[in-house]
Amino acid sequence: MTDRTPLQPDPERPADAPLTLVVISGGTGNPSSSRLLADRLTEKTTELIRGRGRDVSIRHVELAPIAVDIAQAVVTGFPDERLKAVIRQLAAADGLITVSPVYTAGVSGLFKSFFDILDDDLVVAKPTLPAATAGSARHALVIDGQLRPMLAFLRALTVPTSVFAAPEDWGSSALGERIGRAATELTALMTTGVGAAIAGDAWSGYRHRFGGEAARAERTAADVDFTSALMRLAAGGAPSQRDTGA
Amino acid sequence: MEFGIFSVSDVTRDPVTGHTPSEAERIDAIVRIAQRADEVGLDVFAIGEHHNPPFFSSAPTTLLGHIAAVTERIVLSTSVTLITTNDPVRIAEEYAMLQHLAKGRVDLMVGRGNTVQVYPWFGQDIRKGLHLALENYNLLHRLWREDVVDWEGESRSGLQGFTSTPRPLDDVPPFVWHGSIRTPEIAEQAAYYGNGFFANNVLAPYGHFDRLVSFYRDRFAHHGHGTREQAIVGLGGHAFIAANSQDADRRFRPYFDAFPMFSGTSLEDYMEATPLSVGSPQLVVAKTMDFRERFGDYQRQLWNIDLLGLPVETALEQVELLGTEVVPVLRREMAAVRRPGVPATPTHASLVKAKYGDAEPRRPRPNPNRGDNVTGTSPYEDSDPAFPARYPRIG
Repeated sequence: MTDRTPLQPDPERPADAPLTLVVISGGTGNPSSSRLLADRLTEKTTELIRGRGRDVSIRHVELAPIAVDIAQAVVTGFPDERLKAVIRQLAAADGLITVSPVYTAGVSGLFKSFFDILDDDLVVAKPTLPAATAGSARHALVIDGQLRPMLAFLRALTVPTSVFAAPEDWGSSALGERIGRAATELTALMTTGVGAAIAGDAWSGYRHRFGGEAARAERTAADVDFTSALMRLAAGGAPSQRDTGA
Repeated sequence: MEFGIFSVSDVTRDPVTGHTPSEAERIDAIVRIAQRADEVGLDVFAIGEHHNPPFFSSAPTTLLGHIAAVTERIVLSTSVTLITTNDPVRIAEEYAMLQHLAKGRVDLMVGRGNTVQVYPWFGQDIRKGLHLALENYNLLHRLWREDVVDWEGESRSGLQGFTSTPRPLDDVPPFVWHGSIRTPEIAEQAAYYGNGFFANNVLAPYGHFDRLVSFYRDRFAHHGHGTREQAIVGLGGHAFIAANSQDADRRFRPYFDAFPMFSGTSLEDYMEATPLSVGSPQLVVAKTMDFRERFGDYQRQLWNIDLLGLPVETALEQVELLGTEVVPVLRREMAAVRRPGVPATPTHASLVKAKYGDAEPRRPRPNPNRGDNVTGTSPYEDSDPAFPARYPRIG
């Protein structure tokens, strides 16, 4: 649908424009260890991005204060204005850091519910760093076993390193090293514009919602591809045998 | 502009009295509601289609056929007729029959239906729902316009030399609305054929339907049916009316609070964020005038007034208030601000006029039975020779 040449980031945007990093933290304590880990990851990523001569602005999204809005959106099927504002921040982000606490052997319900209410295409190809905190190192696989599959469904571009922090990790320099590695990976993805290039070139291949909140969502007739099989069928045409259906 | 009511046909426990009506009670009630709507001068009564409890309306043409017999002038419609899991051939036959019996007081709204299980129960696959809706309507459109149809597609068995009977009344098919809450392909199909587009305008915040309606208007103009402003738009809504807003609030609140989808939301917040109209006739008028601000001049406004387990007497009172206090005011106010050139809602009479002018409408008469229950290569005495019947060859 787009005529973009491959691997060109958004042409509307100067190559050195400031980046936006949205940090989602699902902790409920104050201070919460999820927020603490989120802050460490954010600081390191910011430092590295600035080290590459790019400016970056940070938006923190704490889920605890909007927990009721999230629950309501699950029930009513649509987000309220407060939640919409958060969703729009995500849509506009160049990168995400997501940190979930682990309760009862899984990603927190609040954290999962937040992602449940997003459009399927909201974070397509967005560089994303998955992280989690837990009360025991025995939960270390929650990120790779639960958080990554969820982000894969949403087609987020996850960094290779997952950052997990159990209580004992806070006394270990290995945590700092993992934070550094993950932040380096996130920085590389964010500053090269690879996510924007993927979204730009492959956008029509993902599942979309007309009028949705995704940055590239179709909003008017000018955005819509009328050559698709279903659109041709809508305009009275016979479907091709090949590419209709689900 | 037309004003009326539409029902989902839910059978819901009344959270105030604890009474759950039987299916029999609700079916009787809906007939009374439709009759009252006719008596108080509402323009449209529409009924949904469901194939599972707690809904009663699985056979809308049977219900509407009966209502047609006990009403005088109200237009009967659907909200919606399932274009995915119904055979389009049966839709063509049933609604043409209804149209004859109701003397043209019939149109219908086609939609996909979102109950997952209904698709496999009727031998279909919900993942192909959009494809089914588009292809089935394309066929339905032809069945009502061509005496003899040859057709091949994916959604049903092919047709060779098929004639859908009876032909539509006066050879003018019922007007069709396409209902959708999020799908541009459906709006495109409505625009392509110059049919109406209906946004149910319930259970979603302000703004949810704006882009889709605007898209439909753009495409209606694109396909050459008129300007954007001349596209045929219908809107739903959910209303509860009492003489003053305090009473409306007080009486409606228990029903609102008991409905699972409103759980955790206050009536005030929900009213603020969505088109839900609970209050005095003045409030409902103001909210409806605001729909026009958002969507432009439109042709049909339907309200749901019997949802959530409201007793039938309350629903009848709602119909009464709509007919006496709300709609007369809206008719005046809408007419006063309506832009020139905006068309009226298509009716059977207006469609007959558009097709024939002052000439006599076509009333098809079949050719004689040849003895094998078919009429040969031309089913009607005046069939268009451009569309001869072709039967499958055997042997």
